[in-house]
Amino acid sequence: MRDQVKDAKAEPASVRGPHPFAAVPPAVAAERDLRLDLFRGLALWLIFLDHIPINIVSWLTIRNYGFSDATEIFIFISGYTAAFVYGRSMRERGFVISSARILKRAWQIYVAHIFLFAIYMAEIAYVTSSFENPLFAEEANILDFLKQPDVTIIQALLLKFKPANMDVLPLYIVLLLLFPPILWLLLRNAVVALAASVLLYSLTWHLGWNIPSYPTGHWWFNPFAWQLLFVFGAWCALGGAERLSPVLRSPVTLWVAIGYLVFALAIVMTWHFPRTAFLMPRWLSEWMYPIDKVNLDVLRFAHFLALAAVTVHFIPLNWPPLKSKWLRPAIICGQHSLEIFCIGVFLAFAAHFLMIEVYGGILMQVAASAAGILIMIGIAALLSWYKSVESRGSTPKRPPDADLAGGSA
Amino acid sequence: MTRWMVIGLALFLCAAESRAQDAPDCPVPNYLLYGDSALDRLHAAAVKQKSFKIVVVGTASSTVPGRDGAQSAYPARLEAALKKRLPAVSVTVAAHSRPRQTAVQIAETFEKLLLDEKPDLVVWQSGTFDALQGVDPEQFRASVADGVETLQAGGADVILMNMQYSPRTESMIPLGGYSDGLRWVSRERSVPLFDRLAIMRHWNDSGAIDLYAATKDISMAKRVHDCIGRTLASMIVEGARLEPLEGKTTQ
Repeated sequence: MRDQVKDAKAEPASVRGPHPFAAVPPAVAAERDLRLDLFRGLALWLIFLDHIPINIVSWLTIRNYGFSDATEIFIFISGYTAAFVYGRSMRERGFVISSARILKRAWQIYVAHIFLFAIYMAEIAYVTSSFENPLFAEEANILDFLKQPDVTIIQALLLKFKPANMDVLPLYIVLLLLFPPILWLLLRNAVVALAASVLLYSLTWHLGWNIPSYPTGHWWFNPFAWQLLFVFGAWCALGGAERLSPVLRSPVTLWVAIGYLVFALAIVMTWHFPRTAFLMPRWLSEWMYPIDKVNLDVLRFAHFLALAAVTVHFIPLNWPPLKSKWLRPAIICGQHSLEIFCIGVFLAFAAHFLMIEVYGGILMQVAASAAGILIMIGIAALLSWYKSVESRGSTPKRPPDADLAGGSA
Repeated sequence: MTRWMVIGLALFLCAAESRAQDAPDCPVPNYLLYGDSALDRLHAAAVKQKSFKIVVVGTASSTVPGRDGAQSAYPARLEAALKKRLPAVSVTVAAHSRPRQTAVQIAETFEKLLLDEKPDLVVWQSGTFDALQGVDPEQFRASVADGVETLQAGGADVILMNMQYSPRTESMIPLGGYSDGLRWVSRERSVPLFDRLAIMRHWNDSGAIDLYAATKDISMAKRVHDCIGRTLASMIVEGARLEPLEGKTTQ
């Protein structure tokens, strides 16, 4: 649907006629917010850069300068767009049909996750088979799970065995599985839905709820905690952002947000430079640490909110560069987020492989990072082209499915 | 905004002055090595009794395989480096290798270790096996915090050591949560963290040691352990303020 919306804007009015949503008064803001696509695209690039092990370019990514990282951006925008797409669908076609679409989307993501898992297995099997350096005898134990493929593969299909860097999609799957009732409630009473989400978040913190993983431990991204960000994004999409706009416009908010970002930057610098740790008062570190990523620490959530508030302040909806060709690459990546996310994970594997087998120096790190982002852009452009050809070449026999939104939810 | 941060970072790194380290062929920038946490117990033992005892507790990455592995592993190299630098002090380093044990299992042995060894300093290397097992990072952090508390209550100074930098497995073993956990505990309990991950990464990036090399040769493992032992000695000498006790020959 994203592309329909986009096409509707880009193409002449005659094409807009058969658009199935054209006759229906928009339930939510009709103008697509390109900022969402832009920042999701940027978040996908950052996730790719962070996933390349040892990469000098990853010093540019936001996780080194504050508490939150690209995952927060990705999950928030995913919640926002899920509500944008399926909220309209639920109003027009009812609970059952929109729920079925959401579940179909969850299934697509599941298949994508298993596909990535297969690639990961191939990579790990290859790399570790050439891995006999006695210095790393302990690390070579990572092959242990290959000794029991029957158990491991079943556990992977159950989303309980998740290799490194493959935690975001399972989180996304669970969030979508939980989404139909949440969306229903959001459309009935948004405040109650948001309150329920906060309640679940606090109960999770108090009672230690999480989903177990294999062989031990729990999920790296606890869905019961991270749902807060997803639901908050959905709430913003369904009118919450407008309700917040007086707050967001206030200069007090802006200065509080900037102050908090500077504070977080200062704290993070004491991690990079142990010498400066004495500047950190003891009572503060006792109160602050640990900053829990698994359960989306409040400090991380607040850091994301501060980033978002500052961003929204300086980049309004009608910011002219959003239409410029220079931001187009990031925007199209954000518009095909599932595909580009998977390609990013795959490219990070491939970059790592090149570094091991060919050369791992800074030149290669920069080249692999740049090449990876260019490939992501190229594939996003190809997907956009493909969709535009498909939608032009045939009259839509069936109503445009929310799932056609590709990366939109 | 990030560009200015990178520039600031670069200036900071350039400004960091270098200090005497007993590892000329594998140097480490000071910002990676020296913190503000002091090793008071070790200082007192070295100054008053002219002797101290260090126990290194760790998993397989604290050992070197092979017949003469024990002499090549970093605990023995640490002992050699400290003896050389502190000729007037009687230095003992005991290695307690506990392969395939998680932090919580190792922490259970600390009461006995304190009684048996009466160490002035315990170097606790941790993280890799927990990461391989996928132990909940929060549980890992809590176990390390408990273990450090036990050691400190028993009167020992503590240095935490994190994982090795292993470029080949880096995207496969998720170390981040565990190195963060060790960092939190090091802050909370005011104990130095020997950031082996960052230090080895620095050696690799600066070209001092090529950790990407696919080699079966034991000599590289020996070299890395020797560098770790000497670097750890520098951290201990600085942390316990033992510079006045150093022999003239090494300076």
